Amino acid sequence: MRKIRLIARLDVKGTNLIKGVHLEGLRVIGSPNEYAQRYYQQGADELLYMDCVASLYGRNNLSHIVEKAAQNIFVPITVGGGIRSVDDATHLLRCGADKVAVNTAVVANPSLITDIARRFGSQCMVLSIEAKQIASERWEVYTDNGRERTGLDVIDWVKKGVSLGAGEILLTSVDREGTRRGFDIPLVKAVTQEVSVPVIASGGMGTTEHLIEVVQKGEADAVAMADILHYQRTTIGGIRRIAELSGIEVRRYEST
Amino acid sequence: MKAPKVTVIDYGVGNLLSVQRALEHCGAEVYTTNQSSAILAASRVVLPGVGAFANAMAELERLQLVDVIQKVAQKGIPLLGICLGMQLLLDESEEFGLTQGLGLIPGRVIPVPYSSITGQPQKIPHIGWNGLVLSPGSPNWQNTILEAVEPGESTYFVHSFMANPLDISHRVADCIYGGMPISAVIGQENLWGCQFHPEKSGEVGLKILRQFLA
Repeated sequence: MRKIRLIARLDVKGTNLIKGVHLEGLRVIGSPNEYAQRYYQQGADELLYMDCVASLYGRNNLSHIVEKAAQNIFVPITVGGGIRSVDDATHLLRCGADKVAVNTAVVANPSLITDIARRFGSQCMVLSIEAKQIASERWEVYTDNGRERTGLDVIDWVKKGVSLGAGEILLTSVDREGTRRGFDIPLVKAVTQEVSVPVIASGGMGTTEHLIEVVQKGEADAVAMADILHYQRTTIGGIRRIAELSGIEVRRYEST
Repeated sequence: MKAPKVTVIDYGVGNLLSVQRALEHCGAEVYTTNQSSAILAASRVVLPGVGAFANAMAELERLQLVDVIQKVAQKGIPLLGICLGMQLLLDESEEFGLTQGLGLIPGRVIPVPYSSITGQPQKIPHIGWNGLVLSPGSPNWQNTILEAVEPGESTYFVHSFMANPLDISHRVADCIYGGMPISAVIGQENLWGCQFHPEKSGEVGLKILRQFLA
């Protein structure tokens, strides 16, 4: 059985860790690196940083934050938001990121997926998808942090992205994001059934039960969580224990 | 106490920053270089690596580092290969046709099987945390870089190919993927290799690096 990865997601605007609902209405939580350090110590399997205004300004501003995180955080770090080119990816990887997550730029120019995968390996190229439900069992791809429609069908786009070299899918449900109502299970299931690469479910985790559901029913390989951790409703250690008791295989970790 | 010194070989393959930061965090003084004289004078050497085997060997050849690393091995300088850096220690790799490696540990690098022991298709690359288990070639981890690690502790893997040493005694630890053992740590006298990334494996990875520095 695969080990399910518990990923702390940090959405950043400027120098602040923020949290919104449906990727909008952003509230300031605090300093991203303080929270990142806390999640590392709690035993996060990975960290995911998202510059949530980057697409708007056309660039990712996380390099300093990532550089600082890489000083004392020794688990994989993924960075997304505003990555437009192989050079942008190179810059973030040099700052200490292990993977880049790209959405808006690869919708406009799908060959960028192949370019990044060829240069750094497909394990480095995370296809980030913001999905909104438009009909029963149908979802549309959105860009620019859930603001712009693309007309693309999520399932078609996932298949294309993987064939172009994406090594992992970050699947964010815009409908569920920040709502604490649980993951969009049919969306996650539809995607995991179509592709052989790992799928990270994101958006909607309000309780540990939601994680169990998205792993068991949605077959997610990893779970990104934000709200539930930021507002300290539980810890990664707490989530890990409950997941283990529910028969989900996770990394064994005794927090120090 | 004087800080242990480590030389990280920079041959343009992969991100050295994380390896360097993790070694520094463990108290080491880190030099990053591709100069043969500096590498031969090192007290400990780390050979990192991400990407394709053939590219990495071509770069090592271009920088005239193949002989240098072989001399490091002969001189008894502790050497740690990480991920692709571990695979390079073997004789050859099947990745994109057969390519010769450094030939320091007998064996070949082969693809991670596409299906599990029960015939189920499995995800390639093998990405994520996986537990370390004793290899049939190693009754325990005393006097190895895993001395402070307990069986079952997890480290972070990202790879599509795996080292397959001929001599079972060179296999220190395995991880299990799809029911099959994959070499996770190999060792032969002063040579060590980790298939996983100790610099990305949290506190367990740092324990392993500290042991290498000790």
